[in-house]
Amino acid sequence: MVQFVLPAKSRYKDQPGRHFPAPPAAIRVRRFRIYRFDPDSGRPPCIDTFDVDLDNCGPMVLDALIKIKNEVDSTLTFRRSCREGICGSCAMNIDGLNTLACTCPIQSQGAESRIFPLPHLPVIKDLVPDLTHFYEQYASVKPWLQTREPAPAGRERTQSPRDQELVDRPSACILCACCSTSCPSYWWSSERYLGPAALLAAYRWIVDTRDETQGERLDQLQDSFRLYRCHTIMHCVEACPKDLNPARAIADIKRRMASRDD
Amino acid sequence: MKAYELVEHEFDVIVVGAGGAGLRATMGLAEAGLSTACITKVFPTRSHTVAAQGGISAALGNMGEDDWRFHFYDTIKGSDWLGDQDAIEFMCKAAPAAVIELEHFGLPFSRTEDGRIYQRPFGGMTTNYGKGIAQRTCAAADRTGHAMLHTLYQQCLRHEAKFFIEYFAIDLIMERGECRGVLALDMATGTMHRFLAQTTILATGGYGRTYFSCTSAHTCTGDGGGMTLRAALPLQDMEFVQFHPTGIYGAGCLITEGVRGEGGILRNSAGERFMERYAPNAKDLASRDVVSRAMTIEIREGRGVGPAHDHLFLHLEHLGAEVIHKRLPGIAETAMIFAGVDVTRAPIPVCPTVHYNMGGIPCNIHGEVLTVRNGDPESVVPGLMAIGEAACVSVHGANRLGSNSLLDLVVFGRAAAERCAAVLKPGVTRGMPAAQATDPLLARFDRVRHASGSRPTAAIRDEMQRGMQLDAAVFRSGTSLADGCKRLAQTFESFSELRISDRSLIFNTDLIEALELDNLLRQALATIHSAANRTESRGAHAREDFPKRDDAIWLKHSLAWVTDDGEVRFDYRPVHLNTLTGDVDAIPPRARTY
Repeated sequence: MVQFVLPAKSRYKDQPGRHFPAPPAAIRVRRFRIYRFDPDSGRPPCIDTFDVDLDNCGPMVLDALIKIKNEVDSTLTFRRSCREGICGSCAMNIDGLNTLACTCPIQSQGAESRIFPLPHLPVIKDLVPDLTHFYEQYASVKPWLQTREPAPAGRERTQSPRDQELVDRPSACILCACCSTSCPSYWWSSERYLGPAALLAAYRWIVDTRDETQGERLDQLQDSFRLYRCHTIMHCVEACPKDLNPARAIADIKRRMASRDD
Repeated sequence: MKAYELVEHEFDVIVVGAGGAGLRATMGLAEAGLSTACITKVFPTRSHTVAAQGGISAALGNMGEDDWRFHFYDTIKGSDWLGDQDAIEFMCKAAPAAVIELEHFGLPFSRTEDGRIYQRPFGGMTTNYGKGIAQRTCAAADRTGHAMLHTLYQQCLRHEAKFFIEYFAIDLIMERGECRGVLALDMATGTMHRFLAQTTILATGGYGRTYFSCTSAHTCTGDGGGMTLRAALPLQDMEFVQFHPTGIYGAGCLITEGVRGEGGILRNSAGERFMERYAPNAKDLASRDVVSRAMTIEIREGRGVGPAHDHLFLHLEHLGAEVIHKRLPGIAETAMIFAGVDVTRAPIPVCPTVHYNMGGIPCNIHGEVLTVRNGDPESVVPGLMAIGEAACVSVHGANRLGSNSLLDLVVFGRAAAERCAAVLKPGVTRGMPAAQATDPLLARFDRVRHASGSRPTAAIRDEMQRGMQLDAAVFRSGTSLADGCKRLAQTFESFSELRISDRSLIFNTDLIEALELDNLLRQALATIHSAANRTESRGAHAREDFPKRDDAIWLKHSLAWVTDDGEVRFDYRPVHLNTLTGDVDAIPPRARTY
């Protein structure tokens, strides 16, 4: 039987970690259960509980994490930068969905919010996953303009607004990895399946009318794993915090492959 | 002190920072065949260039008449004559080729009907020396910075540039007044690395996080400026901090000036388009300093909106859903997420928010860092360059025009790479620096790492940010600045009481934030002292007790040194009122109205 192997440091013992209560005067309190892994400790990961006073906290999950780091436990570790949903640093799994903590409002329904690193990646510490392989896959699709004809001297390559629209959305990807790490097929085969983010990046250049290597780009994807491990599960579309549609891009690549075989 | 084992590296050139400027330099260096390492504390596409929205200026003339000389004039006027005119000529003249180059790299620019790069109006950008409104700002919808940063990273991949990602630069390695490289911490493993190079290029961005409310990312902590000050070198024009007129009220997220470029309008509580009173010609498209001051006055005089009358409304409903969807989709999304506003139906609540540092590491048009030596205010520091927001060339003077910053990044990123290619011989090594060049840097790092006082980083940082917000705001006065200097001195002092809780060396963001705070504190001191020192109003520096520009005394760049004890010392550098070539006439100082 096939073994589904979890990356290192992704199993946690479901035993209570530390609990940090909210200040006694707090009225609107939200409980955050947060995955913790300290690489130096030699201990397995655990879940810590932080009760946050929402009346003294910004509206987003990132605000709560920063409040915890600033005021309660400065060892809590996560990536963050722009705090407005464009840099892609703070991607994590919040209440079972991969998304950006900075644009994810703190929910008031349910008993608690559960915060984990992006699934199925090796964990460096707490909410910080190792994205090295993800970035290598992105680079592997040669995500830059390739042409044979030299560029016109002293002026731009022209492109109609309609042609530009083809690349407009796909090029808006922020490489947060929410889509790829939400894909069960990627969990199973991430060594060989490129995953939705890298395929969207490939697609962005396939549909760019300025690029002249569409054939080579398709050749490179013509592989039972790299492209065809997409089984149209569609988690990528649901996960994308920028409302992009990697599944449609992959479907279009497959369609181009099919029409090519004719 | 426990001995740190150093992992040794040697390159021709090291670039610190992987934003627009750092990546353009890295790409150019790799292309030129110099062995190059780019060290960055975040993965390149997370750098703050990614958040730039409106566009990049260049007199392409795709939408109508334009000339780089008009752009040159606008930039000088925008700078309130503090910009160096030779550098401004260099940048504006290079702009069209720089943008065309980005297009050739594959940047997905928005297009005109005839397939050319789309350009929109922006604040302070005019034709015929102020007579008409220029459409000069080249845009990829409202995520031009994102498009540019990703494109440049892609070009770096294409040229197989070497990156050290999530490495945090600790300090410059200086020997006999010369930069030999940089000491950096690999955040993932906690190992310490010594990077030696013939030239070190600082492309570390601005230090917006000295303020409480800013559009800047959490990572905008001016690490290059901090390292420069610790290397006993000065920073220039630090009093000039740009407040962007339209940060979202409360959240501080940026709403691009492109909104007003596309026809958006600011209104007060009476529904009045108040900019007509402050800038009869340019109205909502006046320079950012002018609009931010007007907004601050409206709020002060009780015409703000909201329960506390402390912000204003930016209307774009009248643009129609189609224009908003096509030209400003990111803004629509951001306004919905952070202000709960559907911009096709309701205005966005906005207020002036800290956005950009005109000041930075003084350098010439090649990126070479300058200091004062033997009375020469333009003495080059061997082995050290600075580019982008970290640098002060100075092309922005006392106030930067919107869309001139993305231009600054690529023009001077490229210029620095070309300079290195011209003057360096690949593969030249110079031997190890003496131990005393590195030991004190390790000792400082070790002190911060083991800090066991009573004040966590967040507490000191919060105090600094609130103080700067209060005392070095849109309008400043001698008394508030004096108070601010005093308060900030105490805050700076309290850094010796720092407490770090995370003792690990693996991805220790508690430690990184403390090191960043050290960089911020020194630059906050430089900023507020420079502001107290400059007794005039110019560009973004508005003194209520000195409301006029004073060219007789203050037509000069301030240079500020900050010692490890927090003492600030000043010197000055003349403004270049001359052009670089005879292609354009210099613009002598005159009154500045919009």
